Amino acid sequence: MAVTAAPLGDAAVRCVVDDLAQAHALHAAVTDAQMPGVVNVVPTWRCVVVTVTDPVFVPSVLDFVVSVDVAAALPRPAREHQLTIHYDGEDLDDVAARCGIGVATFTERHSQSDYVVAFLGFAPGFAYLSGLPAALSVPRRATPRARVPAGSVGIADGVTGIYPAALPGGWQLIGHVDERLFDGQLTPPALLAPGDRVRFMPA
Amino acid sequence: MTALRVLRAGPRTTLQDGGRDMLAHLGVPRAGAVDRRAMHQVNSAVGNSPTATVLESTLGGDELEADADMVVGVGGAAAEQVVRLRMGERLRIPRAEGGVYVYVAVAGGFDVAPVLGSRSRDTLSGLGPAPLQPGDVLTVGALSAPPPDVAPMRDDAVGERVPVFSGPHLGLVGRQLFAEFLSAQWTVTPAADRVAIRLSGPRLRPQVDGIDSEGVVPGAVQLPPDGQPVVLLANHPPTGGYPLIAVVAFAALPAVAQSRPGARLRFVEAAQPRYR
Repeated sequence: MAVTAAPLGDAAVRCVVDDLAQAHALHAAVTDAQMPGVVNVVPTWRCVVVTVTDPVFVPSVLDFVVSVDVAAALPRPAREHQLTIHYDGEDLDDVAARCGIGVATFTERHSQSDYVVAFLGFAPGFAYLSGLPAALSVPRRATPRARVPAGSVGIADGVTGIYPAALPGGWQLIGHVDERLFDGQLTPPALLAPGDRVRFMPA
Repeated sequence: MTALRVLRAGPRTTLQDGGRDMLAHLGVPRAGAVDRRAMHQVNSAVGNSPTATVLESTLGGDELEADADMVVGVGGAAAEQVVRLRMGERLRIPRAEGGVYVYVAVAGGFDVAPVLGSRSRDTLSGLGPAPLQPGDVLTVGALSAPPPDVAPMRDDAVGERVPVFSGPHLGLVGRQLFAEFLSAQWTVTPAADRVAIRLSGPRLRPQVDGIDSEGVVPGAVQLPPDGQPVVLLANHPPTGGYPLIAVVAFAALPAVAQSRPGARLRFVEAAQPRYR
């Protein structure tokens, strides 16, 4: 299927595609095109939102996005990251019990899976990772925490998230990573980007 | 080195410019001036590029002292004026009237170190120059202004009702919610900041509590499960998980952003331009 696109308000375009890989392909195509007036391109699961500085730029963005053959677009060579994880999260025992397995089995299966950075949002450098085995999926915590420490790795509803800074959060915490995920003084400021591959290496 | 010294500053007085572009996919909010039209106006009044760094004061009342002769422009929620300050003279930023955000530009622009390509304070994530405090010295940039990098915003008048476009998730939440949103009168609550203003009115009942996260834009009207709409402003996070029932028309956003708590808002469907 081709890209379905419509104006979002009068200064943005919302594109719908079939899957995450197509969203990443379209994000890359729009970014690489360096179109005048485009100020942000945000991919998520099946959606790409392109924001422009003024309504005059909407028609050219609409024309461009529907011309992109996202199904045929070759994926960029994915960057790969190995993050050092300590499985010491406050919710780990509870999460493993909910999955009906021991903690050792849980951490082994979690660290043997391949993850892909689906998108970033919520806060600078906060990555949402796809690839959690269905057997390890648990819902969000009933009561969110007011403060989750930086580096925490959480899971919720089949998605793995990594907290780049101390933030409020409702994810089930299974551990933390050593790597620094966001630094405003660096270019690019975020360690992870949409489409990147991630492996968790137990410390 | 020409500079302005901060003598008095409210807790929410910051520097802002056009914002951080092309970083939202890394989770970085664009930030920038909440009332972009006012930023353009005060900059144009002193010969700056429209998105040169300006001072954004919440409600005004701040005080600055010039350490050299300079020209400043005031606008936003205060009468537009251009003021020539002599060395040692003080500028008392007027109290906001009929709005929230007062802007001050100085000919040459405020010259602070950019962070990720912008001098805006991102009040959601804490990037960029810290909120202003008494004793801060704001260096003024080179007097030769660069050529405008964007066209100034058109000063479209906003009528009694705020024009909005229908949102992309009405199929999920129920199409009748858009009609209910348009027919109600909404009050701006005190829970208002650079990120969003929250509206209070009749409870809308969405058929879903949330959606898979998607990119959001300034002016997007989110509907959380409590049924009270939230209008996103300049410092919104890049993605959101609540359905969007409407999006404020671009030209009407500055007026909405300047709405004070207690202000009453009504919305009307805008005609969608035909693009193709």
